[in-house]
Amino acid sequence: MSDTFILNGKETPYTPGQMILEAAKNGGIEIPTLCYLKGSTPTGACRICLVEVKGARSLMAACSTPVTPGMEVFTETALVHQARKLNVELLLSSGTHNCLVCEANGNCRLQDLAYFYKITDLRFEEKAASDIYPKEDQNPLIVRDFSRCILCGRCVQACNEVMVNRAISQGYRGKESKIVTGGDLPYHESECVFCGQCVEVCPVGALTEKKAKGLGRPWEIKKIRTTCPYCGVGCQQWLHVKDGKIVKVTAVEDAQPNQGRLCVKGRFAYDFIYSEERLKTPLIREANGEFREASWDEALDLVAEKFKEIIKKDGPDAIAGVSCARSINEDSYQMQKFFRAVIGTNNIDHCART
Amino acid sequence: MTVAGLAATFGSGAMTNSIDELEYTDLILATGTNTTENHPVIGMKVKRAVRQHGTKLIVIDPREIDLVKYADIWLRQKPGTDVAVFNGLMNVIIAEGLYDKEYVAGRTEGFEALKEVVAKYTPEAVEKISGVPAEDLKKAARLYAGAARASIIYAMGITQHTTGTDNVKSTANLAMLCGNVGIEGGGVNPLRGQNNVQGACDMGALPNVYPAYQPVANDDVRKKFEAAWKAALSAKPGLTLMEIMAAAGSGKVKALYVMGENPLLSDPDLQHVKKELQKLELMIVQDIFLTETAQMADVVLPACAFAEKEGTFTNTERRVQRVRKALEPPGEAKADWEIICGISGKMGYPMAYASAREICEEVRTVTPSYAGITYERLEKEGLQWPCPTVSHAGTKFLHKDKFSRGLGLFTALEHIPPNELPDQEYPFLLSTGRVLYHYHTGTMTTRARGPVERCPESLVEIHPEDAERLGIADGQKVKVTSRRGKVEAKAHITEKSAPGSIFMNFHFNEAPVNFLTNPALDPIGKIPEYKVCAVKLEAA
Amino acid sequence: MDKKITVTIDGQEVSADPGQTILEAARNQGIYIPTLCHYSRTTNVGACRVCVVEVENARSYVASCCAPITPGMVIRTNTPAIRAAQRMIVELMWSSGDHNCLTCEQNGACELQDLVYRLQIDKPRFPIEHPAYGPDSTNTMITRDLNKCILCGRCVRACNEIQVNEVLDFANRGSYAKVGPAFDADYIDSACVFCGECAQVCPTGAITFKQAKFAGRPWELAKTRTTCAYCGVGCQIDLYTKDNKIVKVMGNREYGQPNEGSLCVKGRFGMDFISHPDRLTKPLIRRRKGEDFQEAAWDEAYAFIAERLAAVKKEYGPDSIAGLSSARCTNEENYLFQKFLRGAIGTNNVDHCARL
Ligand code: SF4
Ligand code: SF4
Ligand code: SF4
Ligand code: SF4
Ligand code: SF4
Ligand code: SF4
Ligand code: FES
Ligand code: FES
Repeated sequence: MSDTFILNGKETPYTPGQMILEAAKNGGIEIPTLCYLKGSTPTGACRICLVEVKGARSLMAACSTPVTPGMEVFTETALVHQARKLNVELLLSSGTHNCLVCEANGNCRLQDLAYFYKITDLRFEEKAASDIYPKEDQNPLIVRDFSRCILCGRCVQACNEVMVNRAISQGYRGKESKIVTGGDLPYHESECVFCGQCVEVCPVGALTEKKAKGLGRPWEIKKIRTTCPYCGVGCQQWLHVKDGKIVKVTAVEDAQPNQGRLCVKGRFAYDFIYSEERLKTPLIREANGEFREASWDEALDLVAEKFKEIIKKDGPDAIAGVSCARSINEDSYQMQKFFRAVIGTNNIDHCART
Repeated sequence: MTVAGLAATFGSGAMTNSIDELEYTDLILATGTNTTENHPVIGMKVKRAVRQHGTKLIVIDPREIDLVKYADIWLRQKPGTDVAVFNGLMNVIIAEGLYDKEYVAGRTEGFEALKEVVAKYTPEAVEKISGVPAEDLKKAARLYAGAARASIIYAMGITQHTTGTDNVKSTANLAMLCGNVGIEGGGVNPLRGQNNVQGACDMGALPNVYPAYQPVANDDVRKKFEAAWKAALSAKPGLTLMEIMAAAGSGKVKALYVMGENPLLSDPDLQHVKKELQKLELMIVQDIFLTETAQMADVVLPACAFAEKEGTFTNTERRVQRVRKALEPPGEAKADWEIICGISGKMGYPMAYASAREICEEVRTVTPSYAGITYERLEKEGLQWPCPTVSHAGTKFLHKDKFSRGLGLFTALEHIPPNELPDQEYPFLLSTGRVLYHYHTGTMTTRARGPVERCPESLVEIHPEDAERLGIADGQKVKVTSRRGKVEAKAHITEKSAPGSIFMNFHFNEAPVNFLTNPALDPIGKIPEYKVCAVKLEAA
Repeated sequence: MDKKITVTIDGQEVSADPGQTILEAARNQGIYIPTLCHYSRTTNVGACRVCVVEVENARSYVASCCAPITPGMVIRTNTPAIRAAQRMIVELMWSSGDHNCLTCEQNGACELQDLVYRLQIDKPRFPIEHPAYGPDSTNTMITRDLNKCILCGRCVRACNEIQVNEVLDFANRGSYAKVGPAFDADYIDSACVFCGECAQVCPTGAITFKQAKFAGRPWELAKTRTTCAYCGVGCQIDLYTKDNKIVKVMGNREYGQPNEGSLCVKGRFGMDFISHPDRLTKPLIRRRKGEDFQEAAWDEAYAFIAERLAAVKKEYGPDSIAGLSSARCTNEENYLFQKFLRGAIGTNNVDHCARL
């Protein structure tokens, strides 16, 4: 028998220690959030998740308020929506936001909330351009645009608690507040290892991927789930693809083994796919020692003929194969089967021993 | 209606040509169709033809409809004098030798009889009957006959008369006389009012025919359907809608099953219909709303709206097109076909279809004109029947080298006046019809914000001269009375209707204009005379 | 059949029909040239000039939507100079309007936004100076915010050339130009018949569907192609839905006949009835005459009907039963309905309201 509390008038179970946000979610009620990052210490910074708790003097942040037995929580009252809307308006005015030129357009929690709350005019004046830290656009991978930062702190949590790279933190105070690296250096001169986790979690357009700029908006993109081709961790990732080209790579949330994380290789190092040096046709070495391009038919005929010749002359064990540790399982299976069944040798190995 | 008139003449009762041909033809004759309001997208093509492609337009209509603005000639006949006007046009064409002699000789029959009758309808004689100036009539006749390709479009202004079938045949007479049937850009084109009237007819929702107009009285046909449906079938043609109502009143029909119709607002002489329906022992209605008819039922079944189910509609140009599900139905509502299957199963005649597509597959096997129509083929664009095989591209226009019945049949017709005309006591002529913003009995459009904003209530169109004489101001409530009943609505002073005529729509149950209309039927088409009845008008 | 002619576009030899514009020839080849004022089925007016290309030996850049190809023409569509010219044009448009997509309903479906993105413009180099027109939102269907209007004239041509409703026109040529009905009236006070064509063709957020506002962003909507359920034209429509509600109804030029992407007020704005609270949701049975309806389960309703119909048939014969089919139901349903009366009941008493 678990404990219960009253959610919008309905008795709802919760596990002791659970925050209102999670308990409500289990009860089928979604509460909007901005700063909340699953699995990290709640900061209660954005105040978008406000709910009404009976007997409390003010509205409470659902992400950081633990449920108590019998607590009565209301998530949809006029007061709640009024307060949330006000906070959205304040967040909008804490920077400058024109989605026309923002790479997060269509994939922005702040924009979603502005739409949900039907905001048509900005009630408060936006921060003056002169009060905003200049955009950091020096490294090839990550763009930091402080005009859109809502100081939610998710990037800091991702860097410190999720990846434990400890490259960034909240810096300065009040109107000067800024997310900073050690010594407030640009990313590329700092401890940053470019895992890009901060970009992944930024709910707005303050941290964006430089290479993705201009390649496609979220609604134009197809997401394809796959496994990272680099190391043996086998991170689960989404390839964002438009017109047959990768726009960017993000991590799959809630899936083993990486649970929403990627490293610099998995996230950013897919460029080789588009290298000019990719092999595009079979090549056959001519008598003069030079390669020439050949058709598949020609190349396959040549290989088959040569294999047969060698088997006939020197027997099957005169042929050996090296398989590939980067290939898919199906390829490795086929390769060994080919050598054993077709050629008739067990001379098959791969480079894992090296 | 249209089916009867055109079937007798050509052997097939449907729009002969395609909507798109209108835009590129040489002349359009529009009669009894307020196209821009009732078929706005066809209206758009007619207007484009005139403005952008030099097409000539003749409008024959008692009301000054929007299309008049685009017309080269407008003939304003008195309501109910259409046969006379068409005879007059043919009189001029024959007298001046402007008709297509080769076509008439090679592809038609009955010309001599026609010639004899129309000879009496000189422009001057027609002017007396219809009020159309003789000179205008001559001009229109010459213009029509002079066009290489001319298309006639008509709608309920032609059919909703006691002479409806005759009216339809008159349009066909004129078209054949000038060799305009069986050619691209020509034809006789009834614009069907409701979205799937064509399909309902094609599918055999008619008392005398099975799908594809195969007669129930024909033994071979019936045997074929008995084999296909594994049931014994009746050889006796059934009752038409109006006859069903009458039979309900007389006790011959005891049970009535109504799918998605609201006869209690659409039938003429409503008061009477209500009494008839009350006599039924059992009435079952399936619909999306609790309509006036549903309120009288013993069982009401909630049905899906079109956006909640799969299927096909056939538009007015015989084009079969897909209907697709975009929404989940509310509550426990079901698609009409599922409901029929449910009832039939309980009656011991299993109809076990898993999907609309399965039904369509069965339709193809018993409906030759639909045999080549599959859901796969409809993915991209609809197909126009006849489409007899899966490799057939569909048929853009009918009767190309030969009429379905062989030779086209001219019918010599005399003018017969409407059943009820204005007199001392009921001095105004009432026509009913639709307006742009609403549809049929209004169950759908009166529940839509935009249309209601534009047209929130029923209006009585009154000519300024009449209004002044009766001391009626724009927007004032007026009472309209006929021999059958009375309704009240606001006056709308406009020159659209001629002096002495008023116009009302039938979309609103607050002002059910069918309390007034005359249930006199066309003897063949069994359609009531909605376009003419006599009323009196006074300030309320 | 006219002979094909050959031109060179971006170094590629292209054969095209004489009379085709450069734009058409390029698009047939899959070559992208941006456009804004160009709209199929309407005259080319060359108003926006974002479609400029370089033509060898021409004295200046050429608006590709209006220029016919000539044999041997050498055309370049994507040189840095062309991109710079396009950027300049788009920056001018942007700076002469009030564009913040955060609060614009067109966000995600806006052709101006697409171009800003495609040309990677961060900021216009001109000061933003836009007129301060008041909105036209005095009707429930169409909203106009001319501060976002780029004066492409598509709405004017759609109203006049596609729908031929002849309501919209340009007023005050030049820098104070404005589109709208005569006498600068709001739509509701004009001759507008609310076909919605202008809103459908407007490339920006200047003319939008009011009932769609805040009902869902373009990328959140599902699209289902179906056939309009009103008149016999049978227009092909796209229902845009979200959360089981219709957000908006659009025509689609790609579907061809019968409507080629155009709609009327009923098909466009007449769909509210579907989600109306008056909808029937449960079977209702009146057990005895004069009694009230009671809600029932489907099985109960079917059994009740079957039993009563069987009783009537037994006592009075099949011809004492009649059915009214519906011109509003599908072909499949009409087919089944008559099959039911003929096959299961044994009567030909079946008709529908087509006669009305
Ligand atoms: S961060 Fe979000 S709200 Fe701000 S400009 Fe970018 S998309 Fe718009
Ligand atoms: S950069 Fe993004 S994640 Fe970090 S604080 Fe700013 S808005 Fe939040
Ligand atoms: S019209 Fe287009 S560019 Fe302008 S604000 Fe709207 S979406 Fe953005
Ligand atoms: S809604 Fe139709 S009629 Fe009205 S202005 Fe727009 S295009 Fe013209
Ligand atoms: S309202 Fe829209 S379509 Fe009309 S001119 Fe302006 S931007 Fe173009
Ligand atoms: S959109 Fe208008 S013209 Fe087209 S089918 Fe619907 S009601 Fe008819
Ligand atoms: S999500 Fe709770 S305060 Fe930000
Ligand atoms: S698209 Fe060619 S000038 Fe506008």
